[in-house]
Amino acid sequence: MPLEIYLNVAIGGVLTGLVYGLMALGLSVIFGVVRVVNFAHGEMMTIAMYIAVTLFSAFHLDPLVMLVPIAAVLFVFGYALQKALINPFITRPEHSQFLLLVAVAIIMVNVLLILFGPDAQNVQTSYSYDSFQIGPVIVDATKAYAGLAAIVVAVMLFAFFQYTHIGTAIRACADSYTGALVVGLDVKHLYALTFGLGAACVGAAGVMLVLIVDVTPPLGPAYTLLAFVIVITGGLGSMPGALIGGVLIGLTEAMAGLLFTPSAKSMFAFGILVLVLLFRPQGIMGKRSAS
Amino acid sequence: MIGRLIDGVPARGLILLGLLMVAALVAPLFASDYILTVLILIFYFAYIGQAWNIMMGFAGQLSLGHALYVGLGAYTAASLYVHFGIGPWLGLLVAVPIAVAAGAFIGFLAFRFRVGGVYFAILTIAVAEFARVGFDHLSWTAGSSGLFLPVKQYATNDLWSLRGRPVMFYYLLLAATALAFVGCRALLKSRMGYFWLAIREDEEAARSAGIDTFRYKMIAVMISAGMTSFAGVVYAFYYNNLFPEQVFHISRSIEMILAPIVGGIGTLFGPVLGAFLLTGMAETLTGTLAALGVDIPGAKQVFYGICLLAVIVALPDGVWPWVARRLGLTERNK
Repeated sequence: MPLEIYLNVAIGGVLTGLVYGLMALGLSVIFGVVRVVNFAHGEMMTIAMYIAVTLFSAFHLDPLVMLVPIAAVLFVFGYALQKALINPFITRPEHSQFLLLVAVAIIMVNVLLILFGPDAQNVQTSYSYDSFQIGPVIVDATKAYAGLAAIVVAVMLFAFFQYTHIGTAIRACADSYTGALVVGLDVKHLYALTFGLGAACVGAAGVMLVLIVDVTPPLGPAYTLLAFVIVITGGLGSMPGALIGGVLIGLTEAMAGLLFTPSAKSMFAFGILVLVLLFRPQGIMGKRSAS
Repeated sequence: MIGRLIDGVPARGLILLGLLMVAALVAPLFASDYILTVLILIFYFAYIGQAWNIMMGFAGQLSLGHALYVGLGAYTAASLYVHFGIGPWLGLLVAVPIAVAAGAFIGFLAFRFRVGGVYFAILTIAVAEFARVGFDHLSWTAGSSGLFLPVKQYATNDLWSLRGRPVMFYYLLLAATALAFVGCRALLKSRMGYFWLAIREDEEAARSAGIDTFRYKMIAVMISAGMTSFAGVVYAFYYNNLFPEQVFHISRSIEMILAPIVGGIGTLFGPVLGAFLLTGMAETLTGTLAALGVDIPGAKQVFYGICLLAVIVALPDGVWPWVARRLGLTERNK
């Protein structure tokens, strides 16, 4: 095979990986602050995907235009979920929280199944088959837009946590729950905000992903798992780690699809997870903790 | 030995348990074919739930990938039967070590670095998913097109080759559930059982007290994996067809753990009660929906999810501890 094919596939993988990274970023932010593993993460993404597909088929609204509104809807959804269901669970044991979200995830997948049926749905935009030619390399327009948008959203999130008051307060909650309570922060509200932000991230990722892949209800659990693999590979709680992990997994999947068979690509993602756990359990960007 | 097993159990608890066993033994005489298949499912889930409970309920290690052990057991025994004509009980001698090795691999990977809690759960899912995709591409087991065992109408029950009518599978799974129940009680009352509980409650403290936590967590995973693979062998010979997409799927793993969670994690009777409640309710729901002429895929699972949610929110310890208090069956020495 000529070299260009490898290069084309690799760039496509990296761009898809950026969207994966944004999805995983949402998971990492929620875990880093609320200390709850969002087992309904991929399911929340499929909700955003179905909203995008429905808006497109009913009103011809371009997913990239609807990116911000749909992310906002997911923010409200995430905020409400944390306020109503998860906040009462933050002092419960880990497995109890985990099972709560498993239950939420099961309900989400199957409500989507009832509403939209099992068939794959997608969005065919006017630029679906456009591509850019840069020298010998051909880049899909949809993947390029999606990858760029993922970077923009991620940078905005970094800036929010670094430079705003609320962002600083949220980081304070992440550092010390008790300390945050002592200085008078409304921790439950900040937790809900964080969960909302994580949901908005995964919502934005879903809207972009709808340009690249077809959506079916069972996609939810598969992406939840992928988000975990990425976050553990990149290093839990590390925001750059989530993006780097996403790119690595996206690239691996794309190359595995090219060199072996596309249906076996997820095996390679799990293979990477096992390797990371074997040789660098704290993840690529993670710090080795004392315990 | 028996004295230690029943030590502290109120007499009426033993009587109730005996009555339940008698009821289960005579049930096939009265049950219709449909009820019998439901009962088979109940004991299938009760048995696996008991096996899963050793890891989660006793040693505190959350596995969300138990479909892996069922699948390995089912595929090993079925492949040996299809390719070499080796019967299920001999196949079991191969299947159990394979499942135990898989459990040991996961345990070693995780416990060596003290990967605990949620990370461990994710690792178990990842390995099960790896197996699912792997078996999809394994031509020796017919890949994604499915592995089929030869089926014909059986007039007699051949327990040795597990070829027979449903009633044979009913008694087999009933016996397995009863043995697992007694075995788990024995484990729980053993020295190791107390070590497990110590690890579950506070691992650091357990280590400080001199317990080799790595070793005992490994043993819990291996026992649980081995026990679960037996259910897989029965699954293969009961259903006679295996698809990686069904056997190894994450939703199978979650289905398996619902019974012990709803029944009560860490309790001995929880998995059995949970299996009765959930399977019973799900079948009633399926029947009601069918009678009403409603055919909505996913409705049953939404119901499952809501049940799970309700139990976790309202009865965090499960249904059995609540029922046991009502019946006055709480152990005296607790």
